Amino acid sequence: MAQASYVNVAAQVHRPKGRLNQRAIAPWLFLAPGLFMFAVYVLWPILQSITLSLYDWNGLYNQSGEFTGTFIGMGNYAELMTDPAFEVSLWNNFYWLALYLLALPIGLFIAIFLNQTVTGIRLYKSLFFFPFVISQVVVGLIFAWFYAPNFGLFYLLTEAITGKGTAVLADPDLVTFGIIAAGLWPQIAYVMILYLTGLNNVAADQIEAARLDGAKGWRMLWYVVLPQLRPATFIAVIVTVIGALRSFDLVSIMTNGGPFGSSRILSYYMYEKALSEYGFRMGYGAAIAVVLFAIMMVFISGFIWKMWRDERER
Amino acid sequence: MFPRPIQQSSTGAQWLYTIALPIALLIWLFPLLGVALTSLRPASDLAQGNYFGMPSGIAWENYVYIFTETPIGQYMINSLWVTIPTVIGAVGLSLMTGFALAVYGFRANILIFFMFVAGNFVPFQILMVPVRDMTLQLGMYDTWYGLALFHIAFQTGFCTLFMRNFIKALPFELIEAARVEGVAEWRIFVYIVLPLMRPAIAALSVLVFTFIWNDFFWATVLTQGVDSQPITAGLSSLNGQWIAQWHLVSAGSILAALPPVVMFFLMQKHFIAGLTLGAVK
Repeated sequence: MAQASYVNVAAQVHRPKGRLNQRAIAPWLFLAPGLFMFAVYVLWPILQSITLSLYDWNGLYNQSGEFTGTFIGMGNYAELMTDPAFEVSLWNNFYWLALYLLALPIGLFIAIFLNQTVTGIRLYKSLFFFPFVISQVVVGLIFAWFYAPNFGLFYLLTEAITGKGTAVLADPDLVTFGIIAAGLWPQIAYVMILYLTGLNNVAADQIEAARLDGAKGWRMLWYVVLPQLRPATFIAVIVTVIGALRSFDLVSIMTNGGPFGSSRILSYYMYEKALSEYGFRMGYGAAIAVVLFAIMMVFISGFIWKMWRDERER
Repeated sequence: MFPRPIQQSSTGAQWLYTIALPIALLIWLFPLLGVALTSLRPASDLAQGNYFGMPSGIAWENYVYIFTETPIGQYMINSLWVTIPTVIGAVGLSLMTGFALAVYGFRANILIFFMFVAGNFVPFQILMVPVRDMTLQLGMYDTWYGLALFHIAFQTGFCTLFMRNFIKALPFELIEAARVEGVAEWRIFVYIVLPLMRPAIAALSVLVFTFIWNDFFWATVLTQGVDSQPITAGLSSLNGQWIAQWHLVSAGSILAALPPVVMFFLMQKHFIAGLTLGAVK
């Protein structure tokens, strides 16, 4: 017994150096597989895309397996500046971004509406969350049906009100807004769930104190509740902005960018240029992707900056 | 609690709330309910323009039809072949990366962590051409593993963020105590940290399952045929063939939506914990 503990102490006295080495190497061993995969599939392709945007390339290799692209410098970007389809896509991205943010007030409103403790409320919350769980492909098909000319509910509704039905997806001026409305449906559900969890943690004593001071309704919401919901709001803004700029599925399913290319957004236009029957212009597509990437980096940097500040405060 | 509990309001307001709840839900889910009902409506009803009236019967044959006459069953199996390995791979890798970033203080730590976080938010299009090209070169185009490998790598970003924050919130004394005892680092990971990670593993598994099942973009970029296309891409190509046959489109949509919905109902608590990125508790 005594001897055993002696050995143990001896081991500790003799081993610190080995232990420290182990502690220096261990994190890298744990990181290696994940870091490798991430580097191969995410980091390296970003650099490759940026390089590729300086080339004219049809995606093919010659018989000896060599890359067949030609270097054209800023040629692709120069072409983008005068490409009307690019301009339409960029504007539509802007609409997506601005209108998607409507998910915040609407999601907050529904969360407040549902933040009660009546019987069955849990089921109601889950069912309200439903649209977020289903695939955007399905959401797109559901809304295509909703907007369908002649029998779609929305068409019938507009017909009943104005006397003339509106086929949203066939109208170049309305189509983007119709698709954004479809995208808002699941996004509102996401924001709602963020706010519901946030509301759950609002400090009850502060609310009670404010109530005693006579605060209620809007003033209570604005001065007491919203400041406490700030973490939820922050995440909601981030996921909504990223969601808006990333959207691809709905446009692809509902309109394929049409009619007359009026519902294109950058993510879809890039795909169309690089991989569809309109030709395999990989370099040009990469240039569009780089523009989208640059726009998103503004928001990603903001997120990282905020996280970094929070980390330092800890 | 905000808003004021409805129980403290007048009886009238309580009644109003009880009535408003189901009505609001009905309006909210209206498009979905419409599609669910259409999926059970006989084709003859639609042909006669009876879209919203009483159906002349419940047409389970719509579902029988899409299972027997289209490859939708195969598509769903393909989806599982992509989704399940991705869940296992991404959760497994991120347990290790999350552990490394949460427990060890080394110089590049925060840099690597932010790299994972930022990578998780980049637009897919910036990865599309090189990833597709690489998958082609490796002979993995149009295979379930080609698609799953990409998903594993990409999801590792999000999963690392989640795991790292989760492990950071564990009591660090446990790990220190084990180190004093001379326990090897990998044993600390396996015997001390892993058993505490169950809720995080559950949360990430349901989330990643849903994300991957619902993925459409990479399914169209990396797969092509019936043999490997997941349900989202399959449904999109079937939709092209079923022009205006809404009873079939609806049935297919309901079917594609079902697995994530079931998953969500079974694992609701975990699902929501995952969605808040572990930041809103």
